Amino acid sequence: MTSKTRVPAIEGWFTMDEQAPALLGSSCTSCGNFAFPKETFFCRNPDCQGKEFAEAPLSRTGTIWSYTDACYQPPKPYEAADPYVPFSLAAVELAAEQMVVMGQIVPGVGVDDLHVGDEVELVLDTLYEDDEHEYMVWKWRPTGVRNGQGA
Amino acid sequence: MANDKQIAVLGAGMHPWGKWGRNFVEYGLAAASDALAEAGIPWTDVQYVAGADTIRNGYPGFVAGATFAQALGWTGARVSSAYAACASGAQAISNARAQILAGLCDVALVIGADTTPKGFFTPVGGDRKDDPDWLRFHLMGATNPTYFALYARRRMELFGATEADFAAVKVKNARHGVGNPYARYRKEVTAEEVLASPMVADPLRLLEICATSDGGAALVLCSMEYAKKHAASRDLVTIDAVSTVTPRFPQAIIEMPNFSTDSSIASASVGATFKESVAMAAYEEAGIGPEDLSLAEVYDLSSALELDWYEDIGLCKQGEAERMLRDGDTAIGGRIPVNASGGLSSFGEAIPAQAIAQVCELVWQLRGQAEGRQVEGARVGITANQGLFGHGSSIIVSK
Repeated sequence: MTSKTRVPAIEGWFTMDEQAPALLGSSCTSCGNFAFPKETFFCRNPDCQGKEFAEAPLSRTGTIWSYTDACYQPPKPYEAADPYVPFSLAAVELAAEQMVVMGQIVPGVGVDDLHVGDEVELVLDTLYEDDEHEYMVWKWRPTGVRNGQGA
Repeated sequence: MANDKQIAVLGAGMHPWGKWGRNFVEYGLAAASDALAEAGIPWTDVQYVAGADTIRNGYPGFVAGATFAQALGWTGARVSSAYAACASGAQAISNARAQILAGLCDVALVIGADTTPKGFFTPVGGDRKDDPDWLRFHLMGATNPTYFALYARRRMELFGATEADFAAVKVKNARHGVGNPYARYRKEVTAEEVLASPMVADPLRLLEICATSDGGAALVLCSMEYAKKHAASRDLVTIDAVSTVTPRFPQAIIEMPNFSTDSSIASASVGATFKESVAMAAYEEAGIGPEDLSLAEVYDLSSALELDWYEDIGLCKQGEAERMLRDGDTAIGGRIPVNASGGLSSFGEAIPAQAIAQVCELVWQLRGQAEGRQVEGARVGITANQGLFGHGSSIIVSK
């Protein structure tokens, strides 16, 4: 069905590697602090004077810190499908970077399928499309590995 | 608890909260007029006007201090306008207090008012790919309730909170709000009604998420010396602390409108969370602790968030908020009533007015004028509030 060109919904936030995409954060060359989206001007660590940053592909898997869903259509500038299909979201802990990154959960996974501590991996999915393009965004997909941190 | 950073509250005023869509200036002027009447001073005696800004009402909203001053009639008073998301009202109070404590003025008028559109708060318009608030809607469809729900689910998983607990917060606050003439919703609700209301962001339901409202609130603040001359005959209510601290790096809890937390890799996380540190700074400044409180007004953007606040302002240890609620400690008549006003649950949020309204409620409670919702023998109260982009506030009021 799709002869449309796949383009990122935002430039430079993630790789377009459909098999193994990664979020593109930054790493401070002075203190090693990670940031997503990328830091470009001044390190957010108040004890660091760093102004130079390396591009840092972030861990492709993490564990769910918390999760929810969007039962009602979010307002613009969200580009919702018509008819609207509710989706889930999660805040995901990345162990190596010691940070939490949000994102939608892939379609078809509801809150009843999610638990705090579950492992998820990063994938690319269509956020919205127009006549020529599919605009891609990162989403989290459960791997089936559960860590049972929660109740 | 006298300290050298006290200022006095001479008057408080509010326009009832609702949804009328009229010009926000009207609500602000009604509140200011009531506050001045309570203070017993004319507008022309006010030396400093501190406005709390609204970003959804055009240029007049961005320069709220001047907008209100012009509408009341130019007098040559000095002016400021502050925007700090949900903490805007507290920033305006802070500005007025700093002027008073510095001896730059004796009496100040603080005003905040808003007119809000229906439904979810949305980012300011345009195509702004460098604004995280715009981007979180665009790329994730993450509304404000998305974030409230993440915190709520976390409470359930870590502390065993239940949907019934969240509903019980709404039931309590609705009951409190029935007696408050300034509240928008003045009807009791049952737990069954709450749990039957539509799910918005699991596990939060429609009746557990605060609405967006129109409203206005104002305070007449002055130096202790001025108060002794002008208000000698009545209970003097003072503001003993105004905390508007920023978070400390690394912030390990996801906050609106961010896509991520700070990384803790380069710097160990400090002990206190942002919301805890907001209250701690207020306690430190006032020289009191949670054990000294008679009541608290906290920012219940969601029913679940009220439980977080019990812990953040030190009413109980982490994980014990549900027990406090179930024991009735935080209802009027309990050990430490929370949101005797009815809270955001009964008001809905009128952003720049809300933190000021929290203080108005404490002032009336401490004076024994909170008819229909009075906390008996109230002597010390605290407010707690948090908004986007690292804003939060906590104000301690005593008599």
